[in-house]
Amino acid sequence: MVNKFWPIFFMFWPILAIVSFVIAPSMDWWFPGPAMSPLGVQIDNLFYLILVIVAVTFVGTHVALGFALWRGVDNKNTKAWFSHGSHNLEVLWSIAPAGVLMFISLYQLDVWMEFRVKTHFPEGTTPVAEVTARQFEWRIRYPAPGKKLMTTPQPDDLYTVNDLHVPFGRPVSIRLRAMDVQHSFFIPELRVKQDAVPGTVIPVWFEASALGEYDLLCAELCGWGHYKMRGRVFAENETGFEQYLKTLQAEQNFDGVTQPDHSGAQIAEYGIEDSQ
Amino acid sequence: MSTLNPAADLSSHAHDHHGHHEIGFVSKYVFSTDHKMIGKQFLFTTLFMLLVGGSLALGVRFQLAWPWRAMPVVSQAAELIGGPNFIAEGGQISPEFYTMLFTMHASVMIFLVIIPILAGAFGNFLIPLMIGADDMAFPVLNMLSYWFMWPAIACFGLSFTVGGLNAAPAQGWTSYPVLSAIVDSAPGAGDAQTWWLMGLTFVGVSSMMGSVNYMTTIINMRAPGMTLFRMPLTIWSMFITAILQAFALPVLTAAGFMLLTERTLGFNFFVPGGLVVNNGDPTVGGGQPLLWQHLFWFYSHPAVYIMLLPAMGMVSDMLACVVRKPIFGYKPMVYSMAAIAGLGFIVWGHHMFTSGMNPALGMTFMISTMMIALPSAVKVFNWIGTIWGGKVTFNTVTLNCVAFVSMFIVGGLSGIFMAAVPVDIYFHDTYFIVAHFHYVLFGATLFGCFGAIQFWFPKMWGRMMSERLGKAHFFLTFIGFNGTFFPMHLLGIAGFPRRYADPYIHPYMEHLMPMNQFITICAVIMGVAQFLLIGNFVASIFIGKKAGRNPWNANGLEWTAPSPPGHGNFDIAPVVYRGPYEYSSPLVDGRDYLMQSERLDPKPPIKGDEDEPASDSGSDS
Repeated sequence: MVNKFWPIFFMFWPILAIVSFVIAPSMDWWFPGPAMSPLGVQIDNLFYLILVIVAVTFVGTHVALGFALWRGVDNKNTKAWFSHGSHNLEVLWSIAPAGVLMFISLYQLDVWMEFRVKTHFPEGTTPVAEVTARQFEWRIRYPAPGKKLMTTPQPDDLYTVNDLHVPFGRPVSIRLRAMDVQHSFFIPELRVKQDAVPGTVIPVWFEASALGEYDLLCAELCGWGHYKMRGRVFAENETGFEQYLKTLQAEQNFDGVTQPDHSGAQIAEYGIEDSQ
Repeated sequence: MSTLNPAADLSSHAHDHHGHHEIGFVSKYVFSTDHKMIGKQFLFTTLFMLLVGGSLALGVRFQLAWPWRAMPVVSQAAELIGGPNFIAEGGQISPEFYTMLFTMHASVMIFLVIIPILAGAFGNFLIPLMIGADDMAFPVLNMLSYWFMWPAIACFGLSFTVGGLNAAPAQGWTSYPVLSAIVDSAPGAGDAQTWWLMGLTFVGVSSMMGSVNYMTTIINMRAPGMTLFRMPLTIWSMFITAILQAFALPVLTAAGFMLLTERTLGFNFFVPGGLVVNNGDPTVGGGQPLLWQHLFWFYSHPAVYIMLLPAMGMVSDMLACVVRKPIFGYKPMVYSMAAIAGLGFIVWGHHMFTSGMNPALGMTFMISTMMIALPSAVKVFNWIGTIWGGKVTFNTVTLNCVAFVSMFIVGGLSGIFMAAVPVDIYFHDTYFIVAHFHYVLFGATLFGCFGAIQFWFPKMWGRMMSERLGKAHFFLTFIGFNGTFFPMHLLGIAGFPRRYADPYIHPYMEHLMPMNQFITICAVIMGVAQFLLIGNFVASIFIGKKAGRNPWNANGLEWTAPSPPGHGNFDIAPVVYRGPYEYSSPLVDGRDYLMQSERLDPKPPIKGDEDEPASDSGSDS
């Protein structure tokens, strides 16, 4: 039995690997919650599809490897099997994986197109904000309530840092920019990631399926403070989002004398000239 | 010149047979032009660098497991010698230093360990011996290729010290501009980055000299009868690797110079206008940061195969030998390596799926990347086919080779997730990627190298390495390796990003700290295990069991040379009659190997084979 130690050893660790994957979701070593966006659900489904294919291949190859080793230790023949290979087998195990791989790659093209190709963005995707990444924060520019986001900053634009508010339940897009070095806009729960490239404006769309607060991280090394470039995405209902913008407008236009009343109307009443 | 006194034979051998003058110490051990000595020099250097790179990795691991805690041993040691300010007050790792740790870990491991140990150490040592040549085609160039490693090491070392220890390169080994192009963008983006780029250039020069030499040697200097399809797969892999290097490396060198001129002479390739970095003046210019990514990965993706193919070749040779069976599907193995190399040039974009390049490119790169999994799969099936029906003995070489196959399967399969563009949106720059490339570069390549060290050690020094220590080293390394890197898949799935000094400030990752502590403990086990290798290696040079010419009963030409081979390698110039994998051939009785240079139908020596052996004289004793 001593000579079987190593074949068992080489079969033992794949079992451990499989077990760790099986118990992972219950141990919370898994995705940070279910995907909170329709695209994220599609991405997760693709992940599980590939996981199944990969798991079958992993088990298959390791069983074959372990069995070959097991038999090899037992081989009582004076000589090993004198074989230089088999043409048929080579053809078989070239074509079969090729088919599977081709299937995987073609099957998911539409998800990619939907995520990245601008003409395939979902209909009605509205740009809500411009997000400019800099060391080590996210600067956010909204249009004034009721206005459209312009490519150049407008006098009545609203600004915040690190807190991105968006309406949920419909696709929205941001204009992603970088002010200094490269960064990456990553919302794990929505399964969205896009690098922010200096000198380039990249449209990124996403759709939060539920009300809530999601983490926003930087996923591209941007300097020593890369790890602490933490932002939050607040997905709100339409009125909440409108209200947020109005509050923001009132705070931003507050002259330091009157109490901001969060309606945005007060300023005009007092006749303060805010056109520039 | 057969004699009963081996010592007398050795000296007379040097004088009479070759008629050489005595080689001085410097030209024998330092500026040697002998490929075997250069190979050993590379091996010593890379093993030392392996320890350096490993220590840097342990620093990274410590921070991830116990963030902001004083480093044990290191902080005390630093205090003892007057405290260089490379760690923050109180002895913790500062976030700046953390970025430097992982940058230099990757730089050292890739440029000073993996690439030179494969091409430099094993390529140099094995190519002439396996093809039956007496040395490389250009011995002086070969010597230079080793000595150009030292300026590289010096530059990497200087990059740690010029700006003070707190300003080493911190841009990641990928050195993406704008971070690496603008001096104010990070503590390490000043002179340190310039030195880093110089180091990179020297490594490139060194590799290029090696690559030209390997190609020429393999094409021109094969022994009579050594046709291309009788070459061992090691030689095929070295040949294909040399071609890859020759075509890919100029691009990286050019990119490096572009970045250097951008940083020092005010050229403008990568930095767009209007950037305000660190509240400095806005930049002027019209560069494009993605240009660097394209140029960099055009080299660095083929470099992944430069870091893998030679190990694949060596494992094929070792595996056939330890299971006493011909390699399964020799030609498919060659073609699949060629396919990997060819496809390797058109997959670089899969590092850039989220970079903002044209999405149509993402689709094409996905298909080419998926396709490169195919030759890799074929190779795995062929290795399993090679073991199938063999007579397996589990020595250290077998263990490391089987580990290579097993780990490569994991590394290959995890690659499919990130080859899929939509899934890569999520996995990009998470620990899933870290798990994947460590399974390929450590799990596959380094286990292959450990096996190769054990296997060819007797040819290098004429002595065997200890099996017991070898197995202990393998056992601990294998456990430590999987304990370290397998959980990283799960970290990646949990959305744990790379290169974070303190991920736990984000609440959704807080609960992953125990797993990181487990990983770090496993990494320490793995790190400590490497001292078994070093100890075994050094001790066996002096006290290992003496080995004859062919201790493994292998078939290759290198096993017909004395162990260690003298100057000029072969005492009997070999002629090749067959391929290298005729194990268990029915043509011979009583043994299960049939060497490449054995002539089975003895003809009378009338055709004037002056290299016909009179006796088995040589310097092996």
